[in-house]
Amino acid sequence: MRLFLLALLAKEPAHGYELKQALEQIFGSAYPSPNIGQIYVTLGRLEKDGLVRAVDVEQTNRPNKKVYYLTAAGRESLDSWADEPTEGPRVRDEFFMKLVLAPMTGIADRMTLINRQRRHYLALMRDLNELAERTAPEDRIALLLIEGAMLHLQADLDWLERCQEDLS
Amino acid sequence: MSREAGGGRRRAADESGTDPVERGERPARDERPAERVRSGERPMRADPVVATVNLVKIYQNGGVPVPAVRGVDLRVERGEFVAIMGPSGSGKSTLVHMLGGLDPRTSGEIWLDGKRADTLGESAWALLRRKKIGFVFQFFNLVANMTVADNVELPALLAGASPREARERRERLLDALGLTGRADAAPAQLAGGEQQRVALARALANRPSLLLADEPTGNLDSRNTRDVLKLLGEVHRDGQTIIMVTHDARVASLADRVVSLLDGQIVDDGAVAAPRRRPKGTAGDVVELRG
Ligand SMILES: Nc1ncnc2c1ncn2[C@@H]1O[C@H](COP(=O)(O)OP(=O)(O)OP(=O)(O)O)[C@@H](O)[C@H]1O
Ligand SMILES: [Mg+2]
Repeated sequence: MRLFLLALLAKEPAHGYELKQALEQIFGSAYPSPNIGQIYVTLGRLEKDGLVRAVDVEQTNRPNKKVYYLTAAGRESLDSWADEPTEGPRVRDEFFMKLVLAPMTGIADRMTLINRQRRHYLALMRDLNELAERTAPEDRIALLLIEGAMLHLQADLDWLERCQEDLS
Repeated sequence: MSREAGGGRRRAADESGTDPVERGERPARDERPAERVRSGERPMRADPVVATVNLVKIYQNGGVPVPAVRGVDLRVERGEFVAIMGPSGSGKSTLVHMLGGLDPRTSGEIWLDGKRADTLGESAWALLRRKKIGFVFQFFNLVANMTVADNVELPALLAGASPREARERRERLLDALGLTGRADAAPAQLAGGEQQRVALARALANRPSLLLADEPTGNLDSRNTRDVLKLLGEVHRDGQTIIMVTHDARVASLADRVVSLLDGQIVDDGAVAAPRRRPKGTAGDVVELRG
């Protein structure tokens, strides 16, 4: 969450509640609605690390509110986040380890593992289909996220097929 | 009656040692609840639409035998949507071609609607296809010198529909697949994905009791795939029996059942689990960020 908040603050200074609203508005349903407490805790940490600074703004009839803005150090850490390629999917996942290790110990055979995993992926795909159907067409960012998840699953299934061909 | 058809062997998946309920599979055929048969269709347990017994296909390649399908027992009930998956060369096309009588079997039996079909001659197969089977080929073959509209209407006319029925059905199908504007085009003027959708419309034109489709979404982008999925979902809900070869997991996940082939044999056969009820989940809750 740290870098997402830095990115929003690079656009304009804001107080905690505005950041929550901005996340909701930009991502639609693609981002689980952030908890305001969590946002304040993160802002506190960013402030301690010198990446943001807060100024008190006086309000009539209300307690002061803190408006946060990005420091030079914050800008720098945001720039290096944007400049780095993002880590790809982790292919050596738990199923991979299971597939290699379980048959060695005699607790499961590979064909059964692969078949079960295929059914599981297809069930996940069915969930995603259903999710896409009940996501509003205007919720474009969310639909792209779902499509990304579908394509990843497709790749996982293709890979299972390769395993089945090669390990049988 | 063909009570024996398809009943000779248990499926490979039954030997996998896990509990069928845990695997999300339906109970074995003999305990299968009668409600599987769609309401209003047939009151009693009907013959399966398709049943094969130890079906084998061996091609001859310059004198060398190439076993493409090696002993397949498959039973598909009325109204079922079965996806066939498996690596390239595993025998998927060969299997569906045999089910449609487009490729003769080497040995074994094929039963369609409770009648023996593998022993039929070519003209009897042609008649059967015209009446009962819609086929979408992996490499779609439309009639080149006919318009899209005529390509789609032809099977319905051959099956005995009136010209008006055939036209109405054609209009509905082309509309569902976003092809209304292409009705007067010749197949050669269409993009690959468009030809593929026309082939699907044509296969559904005579309201076949069985739809056999070989990679019907292979050339489609995701929007066109969505149209095809929607149409398939609709005809399936109306009781259409579908056997479909596909690599596309989105398509396969809509099926009632997925059959996996490897080296010409069924290595897995089971139901796709129903969506888990998660009425309030949104994309952000379901799709996790990594890292
Ligand atoms: N007409 C033919 N003559 C000789 N061999 C054939 C013929 N048709 C298919 N084969 C062989 O039979 C095997 C199964 O082929 P088939 O086309 O059924 O595979 P498939 O599962 O549909 O593959 P793909 O996913 O690539 O479409 C392959 O080894 C193929 O080379
Ligand atoms: Mg094929």
